[in-house]
Amino acid sequence: MTRVSCTVLALASLMTLAGARLAAAAQSQPSPVPAASDVQSLREELTRLKSEFDAIRRQYDERLLALEQRLGQLTGGPSVPAEVSPQVPSDPGPQSPAVPDSGSQASSAAGASSKVFNPDTSVIGNFIGAAGRNPFSTEPPLQLTEAEVAFQAVVDPYARADFYLAAGPEGLEVEEGFITFTALPSNLLMKAGKMRASFGKVNTLHTHGMPTVDRPLVTMNLVGGEEGLSDSGVSVSRLFPNPYVFLEATGEVYAGRSGVFRTDSRSRLNYVGHLRAYRDLTEDKNIDLGASFALGPSEGLVEPVLLSDVAAPPTLNRQLFGIDATFRYRPLRRAIYQRLNVRTELVWSRQDQASLVPTTAFGWYGLGEYQFARRWYAGLRLDRSGRAFDPSLVDNGGSVFLTFWPTEFSQIRSQYRRTNYAEGRSANELLFQLNFSIGAHGAHAF
Amino acid sequence: MTRLFRIGIAAAAILTLAALPASAALRVVTTTEDLAAIAREVGGDKVEVTALARGYQDPHFVEPKPSFILAVSRADLVIAVGRELEIGWLPTLLTSGRNAKVQPGSNGYLDASLNVKILEIPTGQITRAMGDVHPQGNPHYWLDPANGRLIAQAVRDRLSLLDAADKAFFAQRYDDFSSRLGVAEKRWDAMMAPYKGTKIVTYHRSWPNFMDRFGLVVMGYVEPKPGIPPSPSHTLELITDMKAQGVKLIVVEPYFDKKTPLAIASQVGGRVLELAPSVGGTKEAADYIKLFDYDVSALAAALKSVTGK
Repeated sequence: MTRVSCTVLALASLMTLAGARLAAAAQSQPSPVPAASDVQSLREELTRLKSEFDAIRRQYDERLLALEQRLGQLTGGPSVPAEVSPQVPSDPGPQSPAVPDSGSQASSAAGASSKVFNPDTSVIGNFIGAAGRNPFSTEPPLQLTEAEVAFQAVVDPYARADFYLAAGPEGLEVEEGFITFTALPSNLLMKAGKMRASFGKVNTLHTHGMPTVDRPLVTMNLVGGEEGLSDSGVSVSRLFPNPYVFLEATGEVYAGRSGVFRTDSRSRLNYVGHLRAYRDLTEDKNIDLGASFALGPSEGLVEPVLLSDVAAPPTLNRQLFGIDATFRYRPLRRAIYQRLNVRTELVWSRQDQASLVPTTAFGWYGLGEYQFARRWYAGLRLDRSGRAFDPSLVDNGGSVFLTFWPTEFSQIRSQYRRTNYAEGRSANELLFQLNFSIGAHGAHAF
Repeated sequence: MTRLFRIGIAAAAILTLAALPASAALRVVTTTEDLAAIAREVGGDKVEVTALARGYQDPHFVEPKPSFILAVSRADLVIAVGRELEIGWLPTLLTSGRNAKVQPGSNGYLDASLNVKILEIPTGQITRAMGDVHPQGNPHYWLDPANGRLIAQAVRDRLSLLDAADKAFFAQRYDDFSSRLGVAEKRWDAMMAPYKGTKIVTYHRSWPNFMDRFGLVVMGYVEPKPGIPPSPSHTLELITDMKAQGVKLIVVEPYFDKKTPLAIASQVGGRVLELAPSVGGTKEAADYIKLFDYDVSALAAALKSVTGK
């Protein structure tokens, strides 16, 4: 395209613009004789349009100049200094070595000076399909269940911050948003904000970090379902260095407004404690054990008939106690081709009832996942869980799943799930998941 | 609960007391064995060095094990390769390590890539359609002995900053390492001289600095794109190109599957050679100089057999 045709184009677009505005102006005033104020406003409009036109012309001139520079480069002619070199060296053979001295770094940083302090940003999509009948599930056949946006950066020499915003069919919510103080003395690490509580393993994982499409039955029945034990609070954890095991103790206090605990009182909080012990058995085998405890307000079943006799509503609590164990095998030499994870979590729930004895429910899952090729994982999960308010109802289930892992940034997973509900009905379902991420490279979970 | 808590605290206290008393040496944690080897050369007995990843492990895919968190929590200095090589695992270790001394930006954190020669820095728009590209250049830069010397300089300077009393000791250790490296470089250059300009194929882009240093030309990769496993179409293309250009040698890192490279080699009548990309990548590559001793002699022998020179 030549400069002339560009200018013509710009002129034409301007005329269209001006025409439209004039037409609009004409429409808005039906009187054939324009009043003085209208003439004035038209004049102003014209001045504005003129300046717009000038701006557009300047833009086109600049773009034309840039194009000419590119053309000069491509034809190898006299190179006009270009602002960007548009090619990534696709030929990886020996090239002129670029020595990144502080100067070149400074210049590249200067080019993006407004961006250098921007947080690392990434977006993860979680697209789920479900087929088969389940009398207790209303999941649609296809759904983008979550678009998770993560912002992560260092705050100052003492802290870093992580935000995970999850947009789903229910709207946008802060899945996690917390500050981590990394510079505390005596092996302490403190977090404050909204976060997933350190209760067991599954509760700390984001949906896209799960080895399966869904969460285990025990999580759904006893530990807050998909949302889990996730609340606003403060977490303090400490390492206890010793020559035998990695030992970490975590204590957390939450507002008591999560999928498990609920209260309107400011004085009734939710406390979570977690103890983790980890040991390398060999360089490629390790074992990871945890014990978790949670105590917080939960009103239990609403029993209006029974409660009507009571003057003040009783202080009802729920306690959760959990044990988790993970065995991992990953031969270092074959680390990208083979690995085995075996994990189990056991959860006991004790729910106070207004006028009855507390109900105690138990649930567990066992999961094994084996990577058998660079891009393939297969796994199995067994589920069993009572229900928090009626432990006589026990659900059972089992799943097999297969994951195809094209790159670190996308995963395709299918899962066959059979659930036998306590009411005597069963569900056979085929689940399908597509996980994909763009943006900054996140750290891998362990 | 309180009783359980007390028992827990008591157990933790006992374990803490049982921990070995701290030694006077600076505790250095490096992400790879190459950096550990260089830190040992410079630091001698004034440092106690721990490497996280093993030399026979793909350094892109290291798991941030809690045992590594312990190492980081005790460290006086963390040395990283940088250039986003450890992006998937080091940041989480640094956060969980609860050690203010070694956070990036502190004197206890050294990015070893800042004053070395980096190749393959992308200059234009990059996307992940290009595979697992490193926006800040190829991170396998330690495979050029000249860069090894520059890393050693950076380590010397940083150790001197943290332990000023032993500045002269570190300087002397560095000079000694540098002169031994200089002698060895002459030996390696002489061994590789006959093969200058010879074309080879490598599995991953781990070797640009190494091949550049010794004048070999990498004409292709077994991986179609960095981090993407071999595909049939790319393999066929590579075989055609290798036949057309008479390329007979495929260099493979110890952590990659050799099935495809072996199939290609049998098609072109060439051979597959496993080299150590890092110290510890093979038993013989026990330190930084021995790493090159092993790689250069293995490569020279293989090139001799395929080129007949």
